[in-house]
Amino acid sequence: MALSVGCTARPGKSRSNRTGSWRVFRPVFKHDKCTKCGICALVCPEGCVEQSEDEFYEANYEFCKGCGLCSDECPAEDIEMEQEEK
Amino acid sequence: MVDKSLELFDCGHRACGGCGPAIAARLILKGAGKDTIVVSSTGCMEVFSSPYPETAWKVPWIHSLFENAAAVASGVEASLKKQGRSEKVVIIGGDGATFDIGMLCISGAFERGHDFTYICYDNEAYMNTGIQRSGATPYAASTTTSPAGRCSTGNKRPKKDMPQILAAHGAPYVATASVSYPADFMQKVEKAVNTKGPCYIQVHAPCATGWGFEGNLTMKMGKLAVETGLCVLYEMVDGKVTRVKKVVRKPVEEYLSTQKRFRHLFKPARKDAEIAQIQAIADFNAEKYGIDIKLKKEPAK
Repeated sequence: MALSVGCTARPGKSRSNRTGSWRVFRPVFKHDKCTKCGICALVCPEGCVEQSEDEFYEANYEFCKGCGLCSDECPAEDIEMEQEEK
Repeated sequence: MVDKSLELFDCGHRACGGCGPAIAARLILKGAGKDTIVVSSTGCMEVFSSPYPETAWKVPWIHSLFENAAAVASGVEASLKKQGRSEKVVIIGGDGATFDIGMLCISGAFERGHDFTYICYDNEAYMNTGIQRSGATPYAASTTTSPAGRCSTGNKRPKKDMPQILAAHGAPYVATASVSYPADFMQKVEKAVNTKGPCYIQVHAPCATGWGFEGNLTMKMGKLAVETGLCVLYEMVDGKVTRVKKVVRKPVEEYLSTQKRFRHLFKPARKDAEIAQIQAIADFNAEKYGIDIKLKKEPAK
């Protein structure tokens, strides 16, 4: 892959890099006390927390690095961090 | 209105877990909208978002050098103007590129009055190259070029007041923000891109790796900086402060004691003189911007 002046890349090409393999702790969205406020999606540095059709939020584990920000910021304390087992 | 569901910064970038600047990038693009051209200077965000041939950006994005983002953006803006196009030009640079290396080009571009928004994500050191001190590093922080030890208590100089410098250039809109207050930050970005002329936003973005705290605490760290008065959130329109975030202030120790870069202030022995000096900086900020909320139950004097 030769690097030339004016090198370009397709928008959002970084999706080919699956950062989920970095994860040590996995956020589990329990959907128990969730009020669908969306703070988890807003604070996620990856932008990998997505709203599904039933309006609940879910992390995309292909990209989630397991930083735990969503769990810490959830006002309803409805996201639990669990150790990843491989 | 800011569209919170707009996602123009994609997954798969290589920032550390709990990265403050990564949150800043997402929030900036939510606030600026899809008709935006981003110019980046060298820095952590540029490196983690665009390792060739990958890019996390879903808007037109250009990077040239460390020092010339403002000059590149000037050219982009002039070309758009000539073509009669209406895209917004947003520059995103780190504190090293803004406070130190890019100062000359930024000053020139602000003086020429180009229509762009300069956003500095301030993580208070050169994090990408290994945590060297910059003009934005706060007093007494330990970095690899201002290491704390037997003969030193960390960085000797206070933080440079960049927003005031750019306000003095006659910028129509200057604001400070924090990633820990996302709604406020997105609103400020939206306001800046819709203001004609060179606007400046400085967003406080905690760095888990450089400051030494766990990645899940990024938001809490940013909030503590605001609540202790070490980071003041304000808006300046035409050189006058128009809006300030008021807080019930906490002692600075609560902020300092949770970060490795200030660990030397507490171990092996507590350094009261340094802590008092940092508290004095917070008190000065509080006095200057009037951020204190007066509680009703204050005892009568």
